Amino acid sequence: MKSHSEIKMWTPSTVLFVLLIALGGIVIAYRLLYGLGAATNLNDRFPWGLWIGIDVLGGVAMAAGGFLIAGAVYILNWKKYKPIVRPAILNAFFGYALAATAIMFDIGLPHRIWHPVVMWQIGSVMWVVAIHVVLYTTTLATESSPMVFEKFKMRGALRAVEKIMVPIVLFGILLSVLHQSSLGAVYLITPGKLSHLWYNSSLPTLFLISAIMMGLSMVSLESIISGRAFGHAPDKDILSGLARGVLITTVVYLLAKISFLATGPGIGAAFAGTMEANMYLLEMAVSVLLPLALLAMKSTLESESRLLLVNILVVVGVLINRMNVSIFGVYRDQAATGMSYFPSFMEFIVTLSFISMAVVGFKISVKYFRVLPDPKA
Amino acid sequence: MATNDKKTKGVLVDLTRCIGCRGCQVACKSWNERSVTPTAVSGSFTNPKQLNADTYTHIRFVENEKDGAPVWSFVKDQCMHCKEPACASACPVGALKKTASGAVTYTFEKCIGCRYCMLACPFYIPKYEWSKVLPWVQKCTFCSERLGEDKQPACVKVCPTGTMFFGNLDDVNGEAEKRIKQNPGKYVNHIYGKEEAGGTSWIYLSAVPFDALGFNMKVMRVKHPDLTWNYISKIPAVVGLVLTAGAVTWAITRRMNAEKGDKS
Repeated sequence: MKSHSEIKMWTPSTVLFVLLIALGGIVIAYRLLYGLGAATNLNDRFPWGLWIGIDVLGGVAMAAGGFLIAGAVYILNWKKYKPIVRPAILNAFFGYALAATAIMFDIGLPHRIWHPVVMWQIGSVMWVVAIHVVLYTTTLATESSPMVFEKFKMRGALRAVEKIMVPIVLFGILLSVLHQSSLGAVYLITPGKLSHLWYNSSLPTLFLISAIMMGLSMVSLESIISGRAFGHAPDKDILSGLARGVLITTVVYLLAKISFLATGPGIGAAFAGTMEANMYLLEMAVSVLLPLALLAMKSTLESESRLLLVNILVVVGVLINRMNVSIFGVYRDQAATGMSYFPSFMEFIVTLSFISMAVVGFKISVKYFRVLPDPKA
Repeated sequence: MATNDKKTKGVLVDLTRCIGCRGCQVACKSWNERSVTPTAVSGSFTNPKQLNADTYTHIRFVENEKDGAPVWSFVKDQCMHCKEPACASACPVGALKKTASGAVTYTFEKCIGCRYCMLACPFYIPKYEWSKVLPWVQKCTFCSERLGEDKQPACVKVCPTGTMFFGNLDDVNGEAEKRIKQNPGKYVNHIYGKEEAGGTSWIYLSAVPFDALGFNMKVMRVKHPDLTWNYISKIPAVVGLVLTAGAVTWAITRRMNAEKGDKS
């Protein structure tokens, strides 16, 4: 592996991302000076909005690739995936950084973000979630540290971290399983609010499975895109392995979703023509049905651009799922008294800005550290 | 968190007695020092139309029809003070607590402003100070300082018609059942809050069906903290399972790889 110092920093897209980050910085300053009410369209009936739906729920789900690939390489000893373990972990680190930054400015009192660490409430899912963000972000930083130690030739630290890597990775898997499912568990307390197209007591399991789908797709997506951007073709064998992983998880997810629909509100509820039913169908089509149809064709596994399409569909589809649970699924009940919610332009800017930060952060890491495998000679 | 119904306080709101004078609304504002904000004519006597960070309680004016004639009902809204509150179980820092008096109280010094209490509450009670830079969560306190001094809540104290029956929760529940039994046909046979959300410290009697009065009928009759505790209580098992399975898998696959390496 080597760093890719030849990567051009200031491409047009990076300039755009940096501009977005700067704009986001201005909006965050405004939010800190004038408060949440001034910067967002949140209100008493809609206490959570875009930042929770996309940045927090989406950012964390996006990061699932980190624990999966780390687990494949260090626990299952599938050495084939070694070339993508660093980008996958880094990807996860930036996903969590995105979520943590968003939480930081979404809570009303950012200067008290540390409170859960000292004010334990084991009966609160939100406390469980908060502790996992802290622990897993630290774990991901540790898992990413070898490339930093390499860069600065800190051999002692490098050897020490590599020695404890297996237990660290195992700990990371545990934290991820718990954290992904806990985010679903957050909504267990909303039986009267969340539409029964999404609400059921297995929300934690569904969040975990869909995060696995999205995580694997993100890793594949990232391999293909960085392969194109940084000029090294991704390993075909790895891509088709990831695609098989996506296929298996998607089938499991589809079966789970259908069985919960059938035992819950009934299959017909998805075809009721309501806003919720249509969002449910959209989600299922994008996250599961279209990817499955594509993956069922043998030619898809051979074609990098088809795989790219599958990955994009899964990622966008799971994002729609998180938006459905956090906004569209609760909309009818929360809007019952006539209040409504549509994100303010400042909310959109901040969301775009945080995503840009993750992308640019990843790019800078690839440029200066040994993240990606050497191009095949 | 469980409280003793003999010592904990409760209130029965008998909606048949309310005349909509809104004295309770004023008393609440002055005791709790909530600021008054100008409101506009909205086509309804309910003012303000919704509870907010400065309005812990209000009277909703509901117009229904009975035998072709309009019938007014006056509904007092405020925190229900659940026996096992969703909001308190949701709070990641223990800012919301069910106290021994029955009141669900809030400590600003702990709050981080995550607003999960607002999502968790099945009655949409906690409100947020959206316009402030350092906002508090706000809701009815059951006048917990007054309870501590053996006084009634301000709204109960001021009510001219005795709409609210205040006492030990056991007696309050008993009174509700007694009134239904002693006045056949007067009330609908439902004590709202007796089972909703696993039971609340504020309960309601009404002559008009509760769904016609805008009461939330979707509230599940379970203790809401159990909904998430069912998940949290499984975490230790998951920890054991993942760590054991992971360690065993690692040991086996490492060996398999080593054997493969020997052969080749």
